[in-house]
Amino acid sequence: MTKVMTGARMVVQALKDQGVEVVFGYPGGAVLPIYDEIFQQNDIRHILVRHEQGAVHAAEGYARSTGKPGVVLVTSGPGATNAVTGITDALMDSIPLVVLTGQVPTFLIGNDAFQEADTVGITRPCTKHNWLVKETSKLAETIHQAFHVATQGRPGPVLIDIPKDVQFATGTYVPPAKARTDHYRPRVKGDRAAIERLAELMETAERPIFYTGGGVINSGTEASRLLRELVAATDFPITSTLMGLGAYPGSGKNWLGMLGMHGLYEANLAMHGCDLMIAVGARFDDRITGRVTDFSPHSIKAHIDIDPSSINKVIHADIPIVGDVTEVLRELLEVWKARGAKSNRAALPKWWAKIDGWRKVNCLNYRNSDKVIKPQYALQRLEALTRGRDRYITTEVGQHQMWAAQFLTFDDPNRWMTSGGLGTMGYGLPASIGVQIAHPEALVINVAGEASWLMNMQEMGTAMQFRAPVKQFILNNERLGMVRQWQQLLHGERYSHSWSESLPDFVKLAEAFGCKGILCSDPKDLDDAIMEMLDYDGPVIFDCLVEKHENCFPMIPSGKPHNEMLLGDASTEGAISGAGGALV
Amino acid sequence: MQALNIKKGASSHSAYDLRTPYEDVIETHTLAVLVDNESGVLARVIGLFSGRGYNIESLTVAEVDHRGHLSRITIVTRGTPQVIEQIKAQLERMVPVHEVHDLTVEGPAVQRELALFKVAGTGDHRVEALRLADIFRANVVDSTLESFVFEITGTAEKIDAFAELMRPLGLKEMARTGVAALARGA
Ligand SMILES: Cc1ncc(C[n+]2csc(CCOP(=O)(O)OP(=O)(O)O)c2C)c(N)n1
Ligand SMILES: [Mg+2]
Repeated sequence: MTKVMTGARMVVQALKDQGVEVVFGYPGGAVLPIYDEIFQQNDIRHILVRHEQGAVHAAEGYARSTGKPGVVLVTSGPGATNAVTGITDALMDSIPLVVLTGQVPTFLIGNDAFQEADTVGITRPCTKHNWLVKETSKLAETIHQAFHVATQGRPGPVLIDIPKDVQFATGTYVPPAKARTDHYRPRVKGDRAAIERLAELMETAERPIFYTGGGVINSGTEASRLLRELVAATDFPITSTLMGLGAYPGSGKNWLGMLGMHGLYEANLAMHGCDLMIAVGARFDDRITGRVTDFSPHSIKAHIDIDPSSINKVIHADIPIVGDVTEVLRELLEVWKARGAKSNRAALPKWWAKIDGWRKVNCLNYRNSDKVIKPQYALQRLEALTRGRDRYITTEVGQHQMWAAQFLTFDDPNRWMTSGGLGTMGYGLPASIGVQIAHPEALVINVAGEASWLMNMQEMGTAMQFRAPVKQFILNNERLGMVRQWQQLLHGERYSHSWSESLPDFVKLAEAFGCKGILCSDPKDLDDAIMEMLDYDGPVIFDCLVEKHENCFPMIPSGKPHNEMLLGDASTEGAISGAGGALV
Repeated sequence: MQALNIKKGASSHSAYDLRTPYEDVIETHTLAVLVDNESGVLARVIGLFSGRGYNIESLTVAEVDHRGHLSRITIVTRGTPQVIEQIKAQLERMVPVHEVHDLTVEGPAVQRELALFKVAGTGDHRVEALRLADIFRANVVDSTLESFVFEITGTAEKIDAFAELMRPLGLKEMARTGVAALARGA
């Protein structure tokens, strides 16, 4: 094979050499040479989306569910700007992506040429790094560097802007092994002394807790395995952020449920009352901490993270440990065992007793109905009817997302794909397609709100074209439910523009796309309807008409501390008369 | 602990209203940042400061290693100790950044800035300007019958002081390079 080739061929060759199997993209003038190369090969599969934002979210779903970087190919100008929301989403949630954008020829850059946009300028703040490649001879090496940067250290999206003349011109191909990547080498091994100090504190802690996040998932399945072993070895309780669900099994004995703004009562109170907090791959986001001055006021905090800038950003870490979660957990476990694996056996049972008291509040309790489907009930049925299946869940953003996090159980990592940091409505449908492309045999369900779902519904066309049998489970409350909830609780019930007016008939919409539509509005029919969805061999749009005014609880209003949590009507009674009265 | 009881319609303001809880001391730090001299690198560094609301008091940049394609950016910034720590961590994790040194805490450092002052005047003012320039060891790099351009090097404070003295003597314009700094010793 000759090593001299066009830039366009180099792109395809570099992707192959990086082990890429799937590219999500959309063609246009500035990437035609690359599309021409894609046409002439069969190793890389191209998934044609319907909107570039969809391509990026699909690549995110692919990446999150496989642990491999997602690859996106879009054209210049509008192609690139359409991708920006997805790229920002990936940055916030640390998803490794390599985004290739076409650009006008180098001699036209700066001329306001047709479909020119300053793509590297626009995406500089929303990528981990980006490059404008002006010479074909640098193209292959840049692509290899891009994969390195996207996947090493804290993962994130990177972008390579490739002018059209660079795609046409020829140059010498540089294979991955010859590409210089030595300069970017984030630290992966934790500081031994700090790890030993942490192990020491873990032995004496009376009220310890593991607080884990998306970093555990990003670190790979081995990190989750080590985490499970460590939790079993210590018998400490564990909670996780939205992004970290599945790292520790939701059915595990030490699991307290998700924490944060809509987290479980027991998880938030345990965080508030702990004396040793072990943060693992989590970043103390404001959805987690509430009011920072009152955040877990009496605890010593250890923080394990690969990104030094996450440490001490929001909350002071008494024991900062910079390193890859897998490496640090392995070493912590070693040290823990070498020291005799001795938790504070006298104090731990008391801590667990306290937690069990909080659990009795049953904070997810809600008033069910036999007339209207409660969204929580719908998710409980979905959970029950899909248990034991090889199941992947994506979500849109809103109340349904929080209910999905609360009511579905994730026993494995990489099974839960949601837009956490950016909170991007429109994420779930394209993400579900990306997941399904990566796992053709699996059951992939997007738990959606009707408003979010409409934001990228054009991607049903993609699902049809590529036979991705994704199930769109829409909890249709005919409201921007989460917005409505805030307006009810915090803006004097002034419901400014939080209705979903003029909704489409989702069943007819499904027919129009050529897939199956199911409507369900009666709790009695729900099980059969869900089974019908699961049994159908192809994409389904499930319009689940739910209670319109249900609120998502527990809730810590922004800026409030963890112990000022709002509970739903159903559990408030218990909180005050029962165990709630005994709490701190 | 009990559940909060929010009265219906009780709140008129948005709950997004969050204030920073840190009202700490504000410190000034001089950072030396060694970066790849590639296109966009300065925009990246400046974008970090503007995007995250950090302060830039002064910034200088030039290539210092031609063969290694390295530039040195010297940034004087202000913030709480926590913010300064964040700035350093954020700079360090940028892909083209090789090294970040906080010259304010890493031991004694020499800091110098160069400035040009145009001072116009006649008679006593002109004589006084020249006399003060001499005291400050400023050089005259241009002169006409009614104006001087002085070149002065020193710490930012020295240049500030010189500017204050020149103001009443006919200061017309001034240009400052921003601070360049190096740690003392080998
Ligand atoms: C792109 C985007 N625009 C606006 C918002 C703000 N927002 C958050 S949740 C929400 C309502 C979502 O409604 P729906 O998808 O029906 O979900 P529900 O809350 O009703 O379950 C809105 C508008 C957002 N998160 N993303
Ligand atoms: Mg809705």
